[in-house]
Amino acid sequence: MFVLFCPHCREKREEEEFGYGGEAFTARPAEPEAIDDDAWGDYLFMRKNPKGWHWEVWSHNTGCRKFFVVKRNTATNAIAGTWTLADGRKAYDAEGCAP
Amino acid sequence: MRKDYSSWSLFTKGLRHNEGWEPAWRSAEPKPSYDVVIVGAGGHGLATAYYLAKEHGVRNIAILEKGYLGGGNTARNTTIVRSNYLWDEAALLYEHALKLWESLTQELNFNVMFSQRGVFNLGHTLQDMRDIERRVNANNLNGIDALVLDAAEVKQRIPILNTAKTARYPVLGASFQPRGGVARHDAVAWGFARAASAWGVDIIENCEVTGMDIANGRIVGLETTRGTIKSERVGCVAAGHSSVLAKMAGIRMPIESHPLQAFVSESMKPVLDTVVMSNAVHGYVSQSDKGELVIGAGIDHYTSYTQRGSPHIIEHTAAAIIELFPMFSRVRMNRQWGGIVDTTPDACPIISKTKVKGLYFNCGWGTGGFKATPGSGNVFAYTIANDEPHPLNRAFDLRRFATGHLIDEHGAAGVAH
Repeated sequence: MFVLFCPHCREKREEEEFGYGGEAFTARPAEPEAIDDDAWGDYLFMRKNPKGWHWEVWSHNTGCRKFFVVKRNTATNAIAGTWTLADGRKAYDAEGCAP
Repeated sequence: MRKDYSSWSLFTKGLRHNEGWEPAWRSAEPKPSYDVVIVGAGGHGLATAYYLAKEHGVRNIAILEKGYLGGGNTARNTTIVRSNYLWDEAALLYEHALKLWESLTQELNFNVMFSQRGVFNLGHTLQDMRDIERRVNANNLNGIDALVLDAAEVKQRIPILNTAKTARYPVLGASFQPRGGVARHDAVAWGFARAASAWGVDIIENCEVTGMDIANGRIVGLETTRGTIKSERVGCVAAGHSSVLAKMAGIRMPIESHPLQAFVSESMKPVLDTVVMSNAVHGYVSQSDKGELVIGAGIDHYTSYTQRGSPHIIEHTAAAIIELFPMFSRVRMNRQWGGIVDTTPDACPIISKTKVKGLYFNCGWGTGGFKATPGSGNVFAYTIANDEPHPLNRAFDLRRFATGHLIDEHGAAGVAH
């Protein structure tokens, strides 16, 4: 059990209020017709699933119902921070995580 | 040479106060090179090594284990064995395993306490019952024993089950697989370890793989915490840590690792002589030979490697079990734990070659790998020995996530294991 800070409600709430949305920033290829099956399968199914820091999406299901970004350590459940999607993307890019 | 266990050896050793038993397997130091290295000494990895030695004549095998033997999901599951899966590919694979289970104790000369006490999958809605009828028909066509029972028949076989029409989710019936059951999970690891060791397999504990040496698209060796080990064939059977290993080889996996919790009660007199599972209220329970209720349910929804989950999952699980068995509300729980399960998008395993020559993966069993232990090891050994899949695991190739030939067991049987 952990507590997440919703960047929209600006409140710390219990994990049970939130829904997990998986790995963050898995962008749909801009031109699906132009890529091969491997690249499409990679987008649909392949995940980083790291043991360590993980950028992920959560939604505040029983609160504001908005999505936001969390950086969580999957080996310890430590949380480095939470951001709105736009701010999270900036922090993610600043870390050099984007492919 | 291994000395067989028998009632005579039990008797004579008993006369000598059980002194003089030899260790069941040999703990080995790593050699510089092996013909085949298996990463992960859980049930599936040990079974793979055993069948490689026994059926494919490979003699120079090592199993590397980062912790201790059978200390991962093999020791953490709820020990249910069944094969009543909907789709042909999955049903045939799990049925292959179930057939091996039926003679495993004799095969290994080790009592794995396989008990075919039957498995009930309850239906609580009309749609549940339609799905159950469809699945039972599919099972029968595949030569798998399965039957549909109505609520009265279920009540007759499980008197303590709440089948009242006034229940929040009334039981309308069930599918029943008489040949399903449970086995002693630790004994499976110990039995395979002992049998593999007798074939000369090196079991190396406390040896974590930290890197893979790949040259010209071929695996040539592994970097470990106990030095470099050369091998041109490597089979990874690391369950929740498969993505971590795959990354070392530059392979992306369609796997997400989630905690799955289970718990046992204090020991009680026999009260439940079968296995009861319910997808709708989402819980499953059986009673171990020791008398504990063994209870499990769904995964924690976030990915994690922590081997512990969140308390509200326990609450949901307990609620489901009490819904089915109101008399269990006064049972005290003894222990709770979590394991890391490697879930795939189609709830089916990956038993496959990879783009790296000589590197094989057996993973993605998610929440239901224990039941497949001997079958999984058997077909994976074939895959490694022949560098091509066994007919039973051809469909479980990693390539299916590019070709789109998924085997969607989620709706049918993959939800509750």
